[in-house]
Amino acid sequence: MSASISVRNVVKAFHLNRRGHFVVLDDVSFDVAAGEFVALVGPSGCGKTTLLDLIGGLTRADRGQILIGGREIDGPGLDRGIVFQQYALFPWKTALGNIEFGLEAKGIARRERAERARRFLDLVGLGAFADRYPHELSGGMKQRVAIARALSYEPDVLLMDEPFAALDAQTRESLQDELLSIWQRTGTTVVFITHSIDEAIYLGQRVLVMAAGPGRVTHTLPVHVPRGDLSEDIRSTPEFVRLRHEIWQLIRQRRGNAQWQVAQAA
Amino acid sequence: MSTLSVESKRGISASTVWLAAWRAARGSVAVVAFLALWEVLPRAGWVDPVFLPPFSVVLHALFEMAASGELGANLLASAVRAASGFAIAVALGVPLGLLIGWYRTVGDLLNPLLEIFRNTAPLALLPVFVLVLGMGETSKISMVVYSCIWPVVLNTVSGVRNVDALLIRSARSMGLGPLRLFVKVVLPASVPAVFTGIRVAGAYSILVLIAAEMVGAKAGLGYLVNYSQYTFEIPKMYAGIVTLAALGLAFNHAVVFVERRLTAWQGVR
Repeated sequence: MSASISVRNVVKAFHLNRRGHFVVLDDVSFDVAAGEFVALVGPSGCGKTTLLDLIGGLTRADRGQILIGGREIDGPGLDRGIVFQQYALFPWKTALGNIEFGLEAKGIARRERAERARRFLDLVGLGAFADRYPHELSGGMKQRVAIARALSYEPDVLLMDEPFAALDAQTRESLQDELLSIWQRTGTTVVFITHSIDEAIYLGQRVLVMAAGPGRVTHTLPVHVPRGDLSEDIRSTPEFVRLRHEIWQLIRQRRGNAQWQVAQAA
Repeated sequence: MSTLSVESKRGISASTVWLAAWRAARGSVAVVAFLALWEVLPRAGWVDPVFLPPFSVVLHALFEMAASGELGANLLASAVRAASGFAIAVALGVPLGLLIGWYRTVGDLLNPLLEIFRNTAPLALLPVFVLVLGMGETSKISMVVYSCIWPVVLNTVSGVRNVDALLIRSARSMGLGPLRLFVKVVLPASVPAVFTGIRVAGAYSILVLIAAEMVGAKAGLGYLVNYSQYTFEIPKMYAGIVTLAALGLAFNHAVVFVERRLTAWQGVR
């Protein structure tokens, strides 16, 4: 199952004090097709996480609409699964128990819960670690459990907030490949937030570039990197290198502009 | 340590035995030295054996009291008071703490009052408890409840308030409503903090009870210690103190045992 996402003219501001408020997202609009893998890349402070919280229904937009599968969202729900950077596993539950937690929330019968949790733990290659507590798992294993948990209740949309940022380079690369193969098998719509340009191009079918102050989507770039085979080093293909340079310039240019504006104002 | 590494080369069993022996020795050497000092100092005449009888004399008095049933009766009286007061304090304190921690308005309303109670030394209220509730069991158990409840309440409140915000976000993203969020996430996440409070309460329960028994009681270890001093039965007084220490240790171990079972997911820290 997968569903489209439609973000229309979303505005979000936080009130600082009586004096004023801080606009985090200003008129953000974009669409994600059902089954598409979209990567969102941007500098820190561009409101990436706020945007994900909005789609996840954890916070409400001040203005604008967010639609999942054509229907406007109303709070959080199991039609969207979120994977957080810091894993967010419940430390008092085992790997299996953590996955069952989401299934219980969905109201799945106890017997089916255990069976399904095991299936998804196998999907991320952790079948042998079902009874381990989070403190007994490595960072990469914890994130695998978190991904399995988010996938287990079969959401239409998977939202990922810099899920691999805290991992070492090798673990990150293997999890990227694993995520791609899971995505190819399940066909879930994925929105993947990252600050790494490489990661965005490697994973996304499209890359959305965001800018800060206020946060907004400035560019959408399709990724035409040949990826028939995951074992190939697509990061060194000319298309990949060209795209990386282009996105790098887009982000850098924005930063330059912002600095120039500050200088003008002073 | 060099002997240890030599031993370990001879085989696993030898090194395991050595390690166990080393652990046992490390754990008891200070206690054994203390008791030896207690035995030697009065016998050598460095301290007055009338005021501090040798440990063996105290032990003898202890066995005599145990045989006559005097010790058992007083120990039981104290243990029942401490345990029931402690249990009531936990039964009231944990729900109260959860309520205050979860509902901010309840917390804002009750916090000033809690701060006053918490900072009023329980022993200062002992005469009040005796005045209102009399000399019987009620006043002593109430005293224990009163002094035990604050650490339980305050630690529970901080446990609830300091639940990792990410875990709450994660649970909310799975569509959990407030009630289930509380039962499934906030409650288990605050168990370690709740037990910190319970452990402190366990120590308080005995401390305060003994003081209460010294002021007015016809049974109990506090009464025994105080009464033995009045009648100048000094070995009996020390025997009472030793029993008290043992009771305190047993109480603390029982709490730690339960705590370990409930927070095993934290791993060894």
